[in-house]
Amino acid sequence: MSTLVPLPVIIPLMAAAISVLLGRYRYVQRAISIVSLTAVFGVSIALLVRVDDHGIIVHRAGGWPAPLGITLAVDRLAALMLVVSSFVLLAVVIYAVGQAGEERRRVGFHPLYLVLATGVSASFVTADLFNLFVAFEMMLAASYVLITLGGRADQVRSGMTYVVISLVASTLFITVLALLYASTGTINIADLAVRLQDVDPGVRSAFAIALLVVFGIKAGLFPLFFWLPDSYPTAPGPVTAIFAGLLTKVGVYAIMRTQTLMFGTPGWMGTTLLVVAVLTMVVGVLGAIAQDDMKRILAFHIISQIGYMIFGLGLFTVAGVAGAVFYIVHHIIVKTALFLVAGLVSRRAGSSRLSEVGGLVRSAPVIAVLFAVPALSLAGLPPFSGFLAKFSLVDAGIAAESWVVVAASLVVGLCTLYSMTKIWSGVFWGEADEQPAREPRTDRRWGAPVLMIIPTAALALGSIGVSVFAGPLYGVAERAAADLLDEQVYVDAVLGDDDLDEARP
Amino acid sequence: MTVLLALVTAALFGCGSWLLMQRRLSRIIVGVGLLGHGANMLLITSGRSGRAPIIDGGGDYADPLPQALALTAIVITFGVTAFLLALGFRSWQLTRDDRVEDDVEDRIIARPRPEHADETVTDDPEDTFGPDDEDDDANAATEATT
Repeated sequence: MSTLVPLPVIIPLMAAAISVLLGRYRYVQRAISIVSLTAVFGVSIALLVRVDDHGIIVHRAGGWPAPLGITLAVDRLAALMLVVSSFVLLAVVIYAVGQAGEERRRVGFHPLYLVLATGVSASFVTADLFNLFVAFEMMLAASYVLITLGGRADQVRSGMTYVVISLVASTLFITVLALLYASTGTINIADLAVRLQDVDPGVRSAFAIALLVVFGIKAGLFPLFFWLPDSYPTAPGPVTAIFAGLLTKVGVYAIMRTQTLMFGTPGWMGTTLLVVAVLTMVVGVLGAIAQDDMKRILAFHIISQIGYMIFGLGLFTVAGVAGAVFYIVHHIIVKTALFLVAGLVSRRAGSSRLSEVGGLVRSAPVIAVLFAVPALSLAGLPPFSGFLAKFSLVDAGIAAESWVVVAASLVVGLCTLYSMTKIWSGVFWGEADEQPAREPRTDRRWGAPVLMIIPTAALALGSIGVSVFAGPLYGVAERAAADLLDEQVYVDAVLGDDDLDEARP
Repeated sequence: MTVLLALVTAALFGCGSWLLMQRRLSRIIVGVGLLGHGANMLLITSGRSGRAPIIDGGGDYADPLPQALALTAIVITFGVTAFLLALGFRSWQLTRDDRVEDDVEDRIIARPRPEHADETVTDDPEDTFGPDDEDDDANAATEATT
């Protein structure tokens, strides 16, 4: 069974190599991307089912025992993230095929996209901090090229900010790795969890803060988010969607993994995270209210939603972390769907600026429905997935008696609803006040090519699916949270010297 | 030796951080390079120092793991720096200027609305952001692109 573990990393990487070689044949490249990502989706589901029944699966590359060799480990959280991310990656690549954009003009799109998928999968399955760094770099290197793929002036301008900020974060990551290795002599996460207990508490706190900053830059935490709303919206539509949906959440995943497993969750860390969470939520949503462009409103909402996830984590209770895990699952799907709809609007109406678009509810009703479902979900209205995700977080917050954070999250929820209605009334109702930048394209019956509609609809249905199957999903999230908060489970599974695949249930 | 390495690391980090604060992209790229070297240097010093293994024989080897890690990190830094240089060149091709510009959208939002333009003195973005001589050329470039 442990042979399944490296597959989500190996399949897209091999596919990327083949895709480069067959760069001349666009249809072959498309087939490779879709087939390989479907395979990753299948493997991820198999891993999730297996892990949920039998506990953590560990793969030791080359058979070297844990602290020495390269170790890959899949626990419930990693498996859940793999399933959601591969689903989203698959949907977005189909959307990119349907859109007459960069995918058709550039040979590099498919290989880069697959390398991005490799990096995302690798950061979920690695049990080693240095491999986490390598996985991040794979993901980021691909994202640097994807974000500037068109080579337009605005893309280069915002791409520069993105690349420089990410590079600074990576440098900081190497620095922290060097210091961690100097003080403990290991970079295996499970081994670190054991050895950090002997390190002076002050030094340990410094490591915890440094890693929070490193991953906070990637996740877009307050006050490290400033690069995000500037750089994301200028990229090609499908690329923005996948960045918005996945990349920041990989940062959140890394924060969850390191803060829970390695540092034994001290009380002050919880308070710090809760303060950061409130500020991230409030600043993000206020930024969104000020904007006039659909994509930029949505980009600011990424930041405010990251605050919710950190809120759940900062409670450091099983209910809180479970809420955060559930929130990530809901958010990845909904956010990607919204950005795909923004791409549809921009194609149909010639602009995504609220003042230049209007009346789409009559001229393109399909797009309006596809926007309404994830938008209401994001705002947290019942019966959509956002309501359940927010409810579980607020419930956990009340149980932990964190009144300020609960109140802030409810107010931010209202502001989210306000900016979603702002998009609705600006884009779908009323008339356009100004002439759009490009010519509207009214050639299609559904408002867009069918290959763009289908993946967007699949994601909207996926978000409804999250609320329909909320019970079992929350169960998995709860068990994942229990595993995270009891670091002994992970340590035993990774460091255990038994030759069995599954260390313990 | 360790003190020397520590001093070199500190110098690299210091120069790198200073260059990173500049507005010219060429300086930022050099700064990122220096920071990367500093981090890699730190990575090498994090292991135990000693003799070369196998060739010298005997005990007291240098710790090989940080060197392997540093090697990986150097390759990554190299690749990304090359990309950053290409990006800087592209930016120079497009604008004939390698300054990092401000966010265009933020300026549009911060500018007074046209319908209230008669109440406010001007909607020239340089006034809303205050005088900043370093910024003037960047503003002109921003205006040109919008």
